[in-house]
Formats: sequence, structure tokens, C-alpha cells
Amino acid sequence: MTLLDVARGPALEFAFAVFAIGVAWRLLSVLLLPWATERSAKRPGTPSRAMGAIGLFVRHLWPAGPFRRNALFITLNSYVFHLGLAIVVFGLAQHIVFLQNAFGVSWPSLPSGVVYVVAVITLATLAAALAHRLTSPVLRLLSTFNDYMSWFVTAAPVATGLLAVSHLWAPYETLLAIHILSVALLLAWFPFGKLMHSFLVFLTRSETGAFYSRRGVEI
Amino acid sequence: MDATINLDAAVRTFLANTEEHLSSYLEACVHCGQCADACHFYQASGDPRHTPAYKLFPIVKAYRRQKWPLSWLGAPKVTAADLQEWEELLFDTCTMCGRCTIICPMGIDIATIVSGARQAFAAAGLGPADLVAAAENARDHGSPLGVTPEKFKDRIEWIADEHEVDIPLDKAKADILLTISSIELMKYPDSVAAMAKLLNHAGVSWTFSTKGYEATNFGYFAGRPEIAKAATKRLVDAAEAIGAKTMVIPECGHAYGVMRWSAANMLGRKLPFQVLHISEFMAQLKREGRLKLKPVAEPITYHDPCQISRRGGCTKEARYLLDGFATDFREMTPTADQNWCCGGGGGVQAIARAAELRYKVFKIKMDQVEATGASTMISSCSNCRLTMDESKAHWKWDKGIGSLVELVADNLIEDAPATGKPTA
Ligand code: SF4
Ligand code: SF4
Repeated sequence: MTLLDVARGPALEFAFAVFAIGVAWRLLSVLLLPWATERSAKRPGTPSRAMGAIGLFVRHLWPAGPFRRNALFITLNSYVFHLGLAIVVFGLAQHIVFLQNAFGVSWPSLPSGVVYVVAVITLATLAAALAHRLTSPVLRLLSTFNDYMSWFVTAAPVATGLLAVSHLWAPYETLLAIHILSVALLLAWFPFGKLMHSFLVFLTRSETGAFYSRRGVEI
Repeated sequence: MDATINLDAAVRTFLANTEEHLSSYLEACVHCGQCADACHFYQASGDPRHTPAYKLFPIVKAYRRQKWPLSWLGAPKVTAADLQEWEELLFDTCTMCGRCTIICPMGIDIATIVSGARQAFAAAGLGPADLVAAAENARDHGSPLGVTPEKFKDRIEWIADEHEVDIPLDKAKADILLTISSIELMKYPDSVAAMAKLLNHAGVSWTFSTKGYEATNFGYFAGRPEIAKAATKRLVDAAEAIGAKTMVIPECGHAYGVMRWSAANMLGRKLPFQVLHISEFMAQLKREGRLKLKPVAEPITYHDPCQISRRGGCTKEARYLLDGFATDFREMTPTADQNWCCGGGGGVQAIARAAELRYKVFKIKMDQVEATGASTMISSCSNCRLTMDESKAHWKWDKGIGSLVELVADNLIEDAPATGKPTA
């Protein structure tokens, strides 16, 4: 068994199992806690819980007026990063072939040249996010091992993927194996770290939305 | 470990309150630091420790250790030193104003967690002594400032005499129970007279009650749910005893927040009456065409009390009242639901050691007001007003600070009889 076989086979399977079970477990462990019963009288004429939740979700897609200027860098950087990552993961022909083998669904790919450029931009946003975290006194105080680890496991697949397609430094097969192993690391770390925010954001924004909207407040 | 700090009680209390939404909040924070920008304490001090997310660290730690699905991985223990260090952060540097919620990309409501966290700290025997004393005074004497029912009665009689206004007390039956904040009673008696004048003008059946009058709820601030509940129950019992259909809350932000949005949850049952802030009551009168006012030409701006506006939902009421009445009304930037806090909400006003920080925070407000060119800033919370008056004195600031209810009552055209159907 070559390194690539291990990476593609048991390593990825194990990582995916950890990801799926871990995410389900963490979400259930929150969702199965008691839910507070709301007994106060809702302000007349305010939206339903669902509409309140959706409203705040949408409003929080972009920073509110007074904060816009200061939040602009981090917001744009985050959007470019998230979109870039999605384009790289779901747009590269090789990824689509892989996903088709694994899950049986496929879609048209983007030209690889475009995806490479996007990958470089994505890596740059990650570098910017790290630089911001390391230089801002507020972020330095807040940051823990988990934040840096979550950054690392996200940046690694992008960097190793670029390295693999560049055919530099080592044989393609080895680089590909390393790339796949870094994806396995990302999946396995996912439920343990900050990456969980990609699921939790739906809960937190919705609940805050419902909380404020019944009071007649839109924030 | 410091024997006086009951660590287990802190952790137990917090975890007992950990419901679904609190856990999601604690788990979702991505440590992006954006909330710092929204918090007036960080804005005023520039101290990274005043970042909202940082204020929750010991609570996150406690949660991780006990309830976190990954606690078996080994999570550090909360120490007494943690609690001691964070006592100041959770009590002195958070007014539970909700402003950081606006910017948080995860939509985490820090104020809700701080309120839960304060209960944990109180259970451990922590909390600023003066705030705890105010809460205990409320429990033992019916008011944080020690206004007993006898003193309340004397004071009300004095205000009635002094202002030549009828103030009904302990009527057996009434449609409206009016409540007060002892800050008004002791420091701003004109506000009490103003409310009485307006209720009389409206021609409604109303009363004060010596069984339940104090609307402030220091137990809530101090993290003492049993005191908070007792204070709430006193008011609810008094309203039920007279068969009130409406309870009117005076100009006090958190009094409104607690009675309007938390009381039913605390007592575990729906309230059998509606709860109106005095600004809502006045807006209702105006909507019914029963509030004729002499226009005021002086340039005026309005400070939104966090618990009335951003967390209360009465933002539009004040504007509706001022519309056409304050003819030179000027909004601050930012305003309404995005307004800056006065710096004294959430019980911070009662914490003496936090005074310097409050003054610094008030600088933000002073700059905001000056940018509008208004000569007077009015508010509809006597706690904000007291905070602002003290800060104003500290800075020897020359702008006026006033009250919405007093402004309305002072300019009420009394000879126009209140016609139309009575409210409540
Ligand atoms: S609720 Fe207000 S005072 Fe508390 S941390 Fe948030 S912005 Fe600061
Ligand atoms: S803005 Fe929200 S997610 Fe970001 S650090 Fe503050 S609480 Fe956490």
C-alpha cells in the first residue's frame, strides 16, 4: 500500500466517520438540552419566530451602519475566503471526480486555471486573517490553541493542493497523498473546533432573531 | 483556594441554567473580536479585556469542563482566581446593553450570557458589595434605597402636596397600577408628579400600592434570582389584588425589561395584565388624540435607554411622542436601536468603584450630543439620567439632561379635556 493508497482509503474514511459522527453528536448535545419556555406576551404586530429568525440571519450577513467601516476588512476577507474555498472545493475537476466516486453526484467543473487563481486568493485571505489575529491586541487576547489549530487545518489543504498541482518539490503522487491527508486532518478536527461555527451560526442567529423580533426590535 | 469563594456553587448554578440557546452561544463564538468595537467599555478604555467575548471566558471554561460534549478530552478547570479576576469584567464592565449583538457575525447575545454568568458568580459569593447590598435592601426593605412602605407613603404624600397633584394610594380597585423607581422617588420626584399628572389627565382609574411599588430589580442585576423573583412577585401580587388590567412602568429601563419580558418566565405563568412603559402609555394617549402638547422649540435630542429601545422594543414610541412636539428634534449618530449606552445600566450605576470608567464612557455620549448641536438631551430612564447627571457633573458639562415624561407633563395643555375612550 502506497502512502497515496492509505490517504485515499483508510485515512479519509476514518476522518469522514469522525467528521459525520462528531458533528451530529455536537449538534445533538446542544439541541437536546432543555429549551427555555417563553411566557411573556409578544409585542402585537411583530413577526413570527421563523420570520424573526430569518430577518436577523439576513441582516447579519453584512455589518450594520455604525460598524461597517471598522468591520469592512474582516467582513470582506471572510466573504472572499468562504466563497473562494467553496469554489476550490466544488469547482475543480479533480474534486468533482472524487466527489462523484464517493457520493455519486456530479456537476460541471470550472477551468482549472480559474480555480488555481481562486486558490491563491483564498490562501492570501487566510494569511491576512492570521496576520490580523496575530497583530490585533483584542484578537491576541481572545485567541486560543483552537483558533490557531482551526486556521492551520483549513489552510493546509489549500496550500498542499496548490503545491500538488504545481508539481514542485516532490513527485505528484506524494504531494497528492499529503494533500489528501491534510483534508483528512481537516475533517477529523472539524467537530472539535471552531469550524463547528458553520453549523452553529444557523442556531445562534435564528435564536437571537426570534428573541429580539418578538420584542419588536430589528438588529 | 480562597475559602470564601464557592467554586462548585458557581459552576453548578451556571450549568443548571444552561439551556439550549446558551450552549449554542458559548460554542459558536469564533473569537473574531468584532464585538469589541460595539462595546462602550472597550471604546472608552481601549483595554482588550473589555472585549465582550472575553468577558465570558470563565463561563466558557466551566461549560467546557462539565457539559461540553468533548470534555473527556480534558478541559481546564475554572479556578477561584479566574472568578476573582472576572468579577470586575462581568459586573463593572457590562451593562447588558445588547449592543455587541448587533455586530456579532454569529448573532451571539452576550447580554443574555452575562446575566446567567452573574448568577453563577453570585452563587460563589462574588459580586460588588454595593450592588449586592442594593439587592439585599430590596429584599429586606422593599427598595434598593431602603424606601420602606411607610417612607414610600410619606414621600408620595409630600410629592402630592409639593406639586399640587392628586396621587391615589392603595385604592381597593383600579385599572392601572403605577409603579416607581426609587431613584425617581428620591432624586427626581418631579418625574413621579409628572406621571401622576398624566394619568389624572387621561381620566383613567389608577393607583399606587404600598404592597408593590418598587419597579427596579437589583436582584436581577446582582445575579440573585430569588431576590429578583420576590421583587417581581410583589408587584404582580399588588396588581392582581386591585384587579389591574395594566401595569405602568416608570422611566426605568431594566424595570421595564424585567417586568415586560422576564417576569412571566420567572414566575412560570403568563401575566394577567399588560405591561406598558410610561412612554408607551403616553404614545397610546397621543394616538387616541388625548394628549395635547405645547410645542417645544429648544433643540432636543433623545438618548435611547438600552432596555427600553434595543432590548425593549419601544424605540418608535419616543419618536412618535416627540414628533411635532419637539419641533427642533435632532437624532444622535448612531441612534435608536444602535445607540450607545449611558454606561450605568445593568447595575453598573450602583457600583462605586466603576465610577471612573462610567465617566469615560459618558464622553462618547457627550461627543454625540455635541455633534447634534442640541442643548438638552432627554431620556426615558431615570437610571440613565442619574448616570448621566453624575458624569455631567464630573466633566462640568454644560448641556441639559432631562426626562421625557417631565417634558410631556410640563407642556401638557390641561384645559383641553382628555376626550375619547379611556385607555386600559
Ligand atoms: S452587552 Fe453592552 S456592555 Fe455588555 S459586553 Fe455587550 S456591548 Fe459591552
Ligand atoms: S463578535 Fe461574536 S463571534 Fe466574534 S468574538 Fe465577539 S462574540 Fe465571538
